[in-house]
Amino acid sequence: MIAARTRQTIAFSLLALATTLIVVPIVLTIFYVVANGAGAVSWQFITQSPRNGMREGGIMPAIVGTILLVFGTMLFSLPLGVLSAIYLVEYARDNFFTRLVKLSVVNLSGIPSIVYGLFGFTLFVVLLRFGTSILAGSLTLAIMSLPVIITATKEALEAVPASFREISLSLGATKWQTVRYCVLPYAIPGILTGTVLSLSRAAGETAPILFTVAAFYLPRLPRSVFDQVMALPYHLYVISTQVPNMPAQISFATGFVLIALVFLMNLVSIILRAHYRKKKLW
Amino acid sequence: MRRRNSEYIIESCIRLSGLLVIIFVFLIFLFLLNDSLALFRQYHLVDFLAGRKWLPISEPPRFGIVPLLLGSIYVTAGAIVICVPLGVGAAMFIAEIAPKFLKHVLKSLVEILASIPSVVLGFIGIVWLGPFLRNTLGLDTGMCGLTGSLLLAFMALPTIISISEDALVGVPRAYREAAFGLGATQWQTLWRIILPAASPGIIAAVMLGIGRVIGETMVVMMVTGNAPVVPYSILQPMRTLTATIAGEMGETVGGSDHYFALFAVGLILFIITFIINFIADVCLRKARK
Repeated sequence: MIAARTRQTIAFSLLALATTLIVVPIVLTIFYVVANGAGAVSWQFITQSPRNGMREGGIMPAIVGTILLVFGTMLFSLPLGVLSAIYLVEYARDNFFTRLVKLSVVNLSGIPSIVYGLFGFTLFVVLLRFGTSILAGSLTLAIMSLPVIITATKEALEAVPASFREISLSLGATKWQTVRYCVLPYAIPGILTGTVLSLSRAAGETAPILFTVAAFYLPRLPRSVFDQVMALPYHLYVISTQVPNMPAQISFATGFVLIALVFLMNLVSIILRAHYRKKKLW
Repeated sequence: MRRRNSEYIIESCIRLSGLLVIIFVFLIFLFLLNDSLALFRQYHLVDFLAGRKWLPISEPPRFGIVPLLLGSIYVTAGAIVICVPLGVGAAMFIAEIAPKFLKHVLKSLVEILASIPSVVLGFIGIVWLGPFLRNTLGLDTGMCGLTGSLLLAFMALPTIISISEDALVGVPRAYREAAFGLGATQWQTLWRIILPAASPGIIAAVMLGIGRVIGETMVVMMVTGNAPVVPYSILQPMRTLTATIAGEMGETVGGSDHYFALFAVGLILFIITFIINFIADVCLRKARK
């Protein structure tokens, strides 16, 4: 029989060990990519097109492609996600339809990204004849991002005190006026944070864009939304698996730029959250 | 009057958005089902589900998903065995033991991990983890199930940690105070009172982690060796359901049996993840009560 105190010490040490086993690889992963990749990133690397079968030159078309996809995704998913969340929080009655919407959000969030790729391919590329294009890729990524935006917006709307709504309604404002002027403004920080986070995830996704937009090698910029583009995550996949004799430095540098882009977006969302939290009025 | 009109339009848009979410799920299911049925008119469902050979371009082609399903199961089971104890342990540490400052640092680190794109982890698997495992364990190739399991465990950790931690923190204070009042140590309280009380949330966390791992595509496509054969050990090259779709879709002809077979694989994935997420959702709702 070990004393309860000793047992506690042993147990807590094990928990600390588990945490260490997680923390150390995270730090090492980041360090590994930064140490190997940062040195190869130069102004030329981010402003030039790839040359010589992608073994030389830069990754500018892939960076531009990813940024375009992120904007396209936001254009579709932000309004749709926010409106759906407003429906769920402000308008929905407790009925079958509402339960079905909620179940759909849960289900959407669990669908594997490659299945979104299949869906986007069938609906946007084949059926609607968008072809493999920025439009098809953005729409696919937008549907994938919907559940995150809906959940974040829902939480933000629910956090606005009920008294705000009651006062507005009691002054004779309509339902929409109440939502528009007394609820939505106070939920903006939460919505923005969730949106930026979901977009940073979309920026790093590869599977949904495989058959809907990504170009293997396209060293020029797109002319319209019906053009293909290169994208950073797909480019990293291609150069690390499909191109023989690839200088490791370029792969590392591409990985570094991708991580830097995603972290930058996360940083924006953290700053937004901190900024609005300071101004919180209630 | 104009105000009424614009209000009517915007409220219709709001309702329409809710409807669209349902339509998307329905359409995804419908498209997968439709293309799968096109396969099953040519190819027997039993041969698909129980076939032990996946040879899509041989003559005649064989579309047995057993090797792919087993590939997914091996890789997922390996990942779960690694990440559940680590993740729940870390969640307990963060929720109960870590001082406030350390708590913030750890949570930010977990968020950083969550944001690393999977393709970057796959790349690290190719250049470092795979060769490292091959040399340490003396394997024929480092591109095997274990490499995938380790990376996927890493990827599922943020989900498991954050949801478990929420569940642990959400246990009412009164439980803890009552246990302390009876003379229990902090560990006894955590192990015998808080952990059981938080168990629905922790089960949900594990289910969502499994869902995440089964659905992950890029990492497994890059590091598990892509061999569509029935695996007998996690140290062999194998291929998952997801990697099969991603790897073969580009080479198929639209409307061929192979093309439809990949949609049938997608349908199987859809059904598996639907069930897993449904269970997770039920657990989460139970946890909130």
